[in-house]
Amino acid sequence: MEKFYFLIPLFPLAGFFINLFFGRFLKIKAVNAIAIAPIALSFIVSLLAVWEVLSGKIIEYNLYTWILSEELKVSFGYLIDELTAVMLIVVTLVSLLVHFYSTGYMHGDPGYYRYFAYLNLFVFSMLMLVMGNNVVQLYFGWEAVGLCSYFLIGFWYEKRSASDAGKKAFIVNRIGDFGFLLGILLLFVNLQSLNYGDIFQKVGLLQDKEITFLLWNVDLITVIAILLFCGAIGKSAQLPLHVWLPDAMEGPTPVSALIHAATMVTAGVFMVARLNPLYSLSEVALMVVAFTGAITSFMAATIGVVQRDIKRIIAYSTISQLGYMFLACGLAAYGAGIFHLYTHAFFKALLFLCAGSVMHAMAGELDIFKMGGLRKYMPITYLTFLIAALTIAGVPGLSGFFSKDEILWFAYASPMPYGKVLWILATITAFLTAFYTFRILFVAFHGEFRGDEHLRKHLHESPTSMTIPLLLLAVLSILAGYFSVTHFIEPIVGKAVTALPHEDEKFVMTISILVSLSGIGLAWFIYICKPHFADAIKSRFQFIYRVLWNKYYFDELYDYLFVKPTIYFSRTVVEKITDRGIIEGIVNGVPKLCYIAGKSMRNLQTGFMQHYAILMIIGVCIILFIIFSV
Amino acid sequence: MNLEIVNSQTWKNQLKKSLFLSFLIFVLSACVILAFGFFIDKISFPLLSSLIVLPLVGSLLLIFINRNQEELIKMTALMVSLIEFILSLPLYLSFDKSTAQMQFREEYLWIPKWGIKYSLGVDGISAPFIILSSLLTILCILVSWREINKKIKEFYIAILVTHTAMIGVFMSLDTFLFYIFWEAMLIPMYLIVGVWGGPRRIYSAIKFFLYTFIGSLFMLVGIIFLFLYTGTSDMLKLMNNIYPYNMQIWLFLAFFVAFAVKVPMWPVHTWLPDAHTEAPTAGSVILAGILIKMGAYGFLRFNLPMFPDATIAFKPLMLILSVIAIIYGALICLVQSDLKRLIAYSSVSHMGFVTLGIFALNHQGIQGGLIQMINHGIVTGALFLCVGIIYQRTHTRQIADYGGVATVMPLYSAFFMLFTLASIGLPGTNGFIGEFLILYGAFKAQKIMGILGATALIIGAAYMLWLYQRVFFEKTSNYVLEHIRYYGDLNVREMVILIPLAILVIWIGFYPGTFLGIMDISVRELLIHINTLLGVAR
Repeated sequence: MEKFYFLIPLFPLAGFFINLFFGRFLKIKAVNAIAIAPIALSFIVSLLAVWEVLSGKIIEYNLYTWILSEELKVSFGYLIDELTAVMLIVVTLVSLLVHFYSTGYMHGDPGYYRYFAYLNLFVFSMLMLVMGNNVVQLYFGWEAVGLCSYFLIGFWYEKRSASDAGKKAFIVNRIGDFGFLLGILLLFVNLQSLNYGDIFQKVGLLQDKEITFLLWNVDLITVIAILLFCGAIGKSAQLPLHVWLPDAMEGPTPVSALIHAATMVTAGVFMVARLNPLYSLSEVALMVVAFTGAITSFMAATIGVVQRDIKRIIAYSTISQLGYMFLACGLAAYGAGIFHLYTHAFFKALLFLCAGSVMHAMAGELDIFKMGGLRKYMPITYLTFLIAALTIAGVPGLSGFFSKDEILWFAYASPMPYGKVLWILATITAFLTAFYTFRILFVAFHGEFRGDEHLRKHLHESPTSMTIPLLLLAVLSILAGYFSVTHFIEPIVGKAVTALPHEDEKFVMTISILVSLSGIGLAWFIYICKPHFADAIKSRFQFIYRVLWNKYYFDELYDYLFVKPTIYFSRTVVEKITDRGIIEGIVNGVPKLCYIAGKSMRNLQTGFMQHYAILMIIGVCIILFIIFSV
Repeated sequence: MNLEIVNSQTWKNQLKKSLFLSFLIFVLSACVILAFGFFIDKISFPLLSSLIVLPLVGSLLLIFINRNQEELIKMTALMVSLIEFILSLPLYLSFDKSTAQMQFREEYLWIPKWGIKYSLGVDGISAPFIILSSLLTILCILVSWREINKKIKEFYIAILVTHTAMIGVFMSLDTFLFYIFWEAMLIPMYLIVGVWGGPRRIYSAIKFFLYTFIGSLFMLVGIIFLFLYTGTSDMLKLMNNIYPYNMQIWLFLAFFVAFAVKVPMWPVHTWLPDAHTEAPTAGSVILAGILIKMGAYGFLRFNLPMFPDATIAFKPLMLILSVIAIIYGALICLVQSDLKRLIAYSSVSHMGFVTLGIFALNHQGIQGGLIQMINHGIVTGALFLCVGIIYQRTHTRQIADYGGVATVMPLYSAFFMLFTLASIGLPGTNGFIGEFLILYGAFKAQKIMGILGATALIIGAAYMLWLYQRVFFEKTSNYVLEHIRYYGDLNVREMVILIPLAILVIWIGFYPGTFLGIMDISVRELLIHINTLLGVAR
């Protein structure tokens, strides 16, 4: 049986090719079937695989040797253990629902078949990423999902902003991948293997080894771990490479739900968890991971508080939640990180799909302050959004509460001295999260409709193809937390260490419940009770507001720091001065010099006997002079 | 465009075409049978000589065809190149992968007085390039079908003669023979750029000729010196000779100049953007696809095995020059406004990868360099073909004139996207295999070089995607609409050109074993050879 699990990624690949080549000739129903059937099949086969894993088996299989060059050997293969099993379920299930949803959302788009082809290619790549049994295959999937993300962000390529956003996403990711690739190379140079099994076995040998970099001795494992983490920073949109994710919202909303919330962006977390034996050996690397996560999480939440664009708020929320997951991984609580990844996939996908449903009704309008009172017109969307919001805010009993609480607890109880700092940051973030999520809910769904009459008449609940996935995801958001992933993947990632007795968990839990409820309460107070209060705060704290509204000026900063200087440098120093000036100057100068030399020498050939005679006499004189003077 | 005349001639053309097609199929099947015959007993048939002679015979045939019969001229050229390609397949099919010895050997005394021989043979390093060259020649003939409108006969003759000279370089095992083929290729190439090129063709052609010719003269001095010193011109014997250290240094430099100009390495690269940009599409493809590979091939045939001590001495310099080429080429690409010039400069960057791999002097580096040479031939060749295809519709190479091509030419855009991704080195395309091996090799040899080389990942993605965005995305510009409407998306001929290259991109991307396997033993032997000779001279 284990031979056939390569079918899991192969089905979507087949769907991709069929839709890409023949999609344009097919009817919509056929395109749907070709797009959805492979995902459903993958889901079923994944369930079989998970069943085997549940019975205690770990499946590893090499398909064929991909690259072979002396000691460098890379294969295509797969490894299905508990960690992969969780990811398989998340990826196939969420994509299945998003595919269904898309049939309604993308209805009538001229690029319908193209959209589904890309989506299937994405599922293929993501499955390759999570199923691979070596780091190069991880890198393969890593880049391939980035490519699909590029295609789908720029799906409406006629829009300038969309194609810009796609390009930005790709290039920013490439910056992270630069580090990732170097990490892979460094790992291989030292271990002579890239298979997970071999790496985990041999990684202990690297301990206490040092590497000289720019006359500076650094711990080898730390360098490898941080280089690999660079890739995660790019892919999972952490500080300072987070700038691409909010722009990625230019893509169709189901894409944002699937790729930019539930699956692709969590690849970084998956990678850290997958390579946990490596990270656990380096305290410095773990600290970097934890602080990157915590700071990103806090910063993104603060931006989310002031934005007006519904998708961007949710995008910043995604960045913030991803930060949570890294925070957990950085505390060596990989299980909690993956648990949050798993619950987050459902409730964040739900949030995005609800936003898509709202956009569908609002004719593409994104500003929440132009909405209002939508609950009357869209009851199902309202209900599901409410569930998602309660989940992300961490209200007890829903899935988000369990996973978030675990992370907060591990931060609070961490044996590391900086654990409490992280816990405080994370708790503030939890407050902000509850606040901005309910800000959307109260502004967009409550009160009176603020748009024009024409739009108001247009308001309607979305078709069943969209509402059914919403309801299913809502159910999953509620129930997912009762399956403890942390416990399930313990054999792979180990148990997190806590320095405090378990009784203290009650205290952390109480605080987190209080914080989330007060966040919701504050949102209710500001946006329902005292609608003018928000403006008052805004004008009181002008400066902070402007900084937050402009997202801490990251884009502008990068533009002035990196993009413009590079272009300027290339244009003047490299092209004008070096290439055209110096090198071409010499190349064209030598022939010119020959020409000038020849031309001036020509003047000596006057054709007059007298001239030649005089020159001869002068020459003879000089020779005689030299001879006699010596 | 006078439509009526076109229509009245259509049926005649159709008839002619169908006649040719049947003839073609006949010849093809005959060739396949023949090819199968060869690799049962490969020694008895002078395969390499026939590969060299066939295009020459073809061009002789072309001379006797009336210049008004354009279709016939094109068809003949195409057929010759097709047969050539099929003939070259046994080089892969019956290639013995288990030996590093030269295969398909042929040897005849040429100038008995001096012992100069007509000696041919291929090994794992050269064989792939002969096949690649044959394939690209077919595509070049196809892409020139409508593009070349003047002196058609001479054009195809030039293409075929170039092909002969190019594969001759890869087969020669005698230094003088090598030199003759090396220089012979300049003449038809000079004509292709100078006669059928763009507006600045004369300047570019002369620049190309003088640049490479001056470089080659140093090599000639080196070859003559080697001959006087050892009394032989047999490359295999020269390889096993041991030269004093100082002599190695000078000889290395002499050959280096010739090869570095050809590759081209920084800072002797400036002929390349001019020649590539002004050449007709077929010329650019041959230049990028095969011609500049000869420089890197020369390094592997002369510099590395013959002067190992000098190679080690110059290694740091070579690595630095390669890394400069990689980054410099990529940065210049960022600010180009001309499509062809951008792709030409990207060649500088990609060839920097090749030399980086070769001078890393380890298995992965050299193998990656070889794979990257093939990749670059495929991908840059394909990109030039793509530019040629659209240039024929719009007659502009300025990126600013384009925009929104994806809407009017979806198929074309898909192909271009694939080649763009291969050029960026996305895993799953051939570009990744080459870059990964090279970067690993460089990293193993000298960490900082690997790191600097890897920065091209970022800049490469930036310039290619920016190019793609400006040409294919956003609103369709009026200029594009006006010019493309008449022709529409890719026609069958253009699809036939791009599909084989697209298949190769994916094939090497997912199963590079086909090519890596051929090279494996030869590369290993080369390294063993270098290591045994190393230090003996001192």
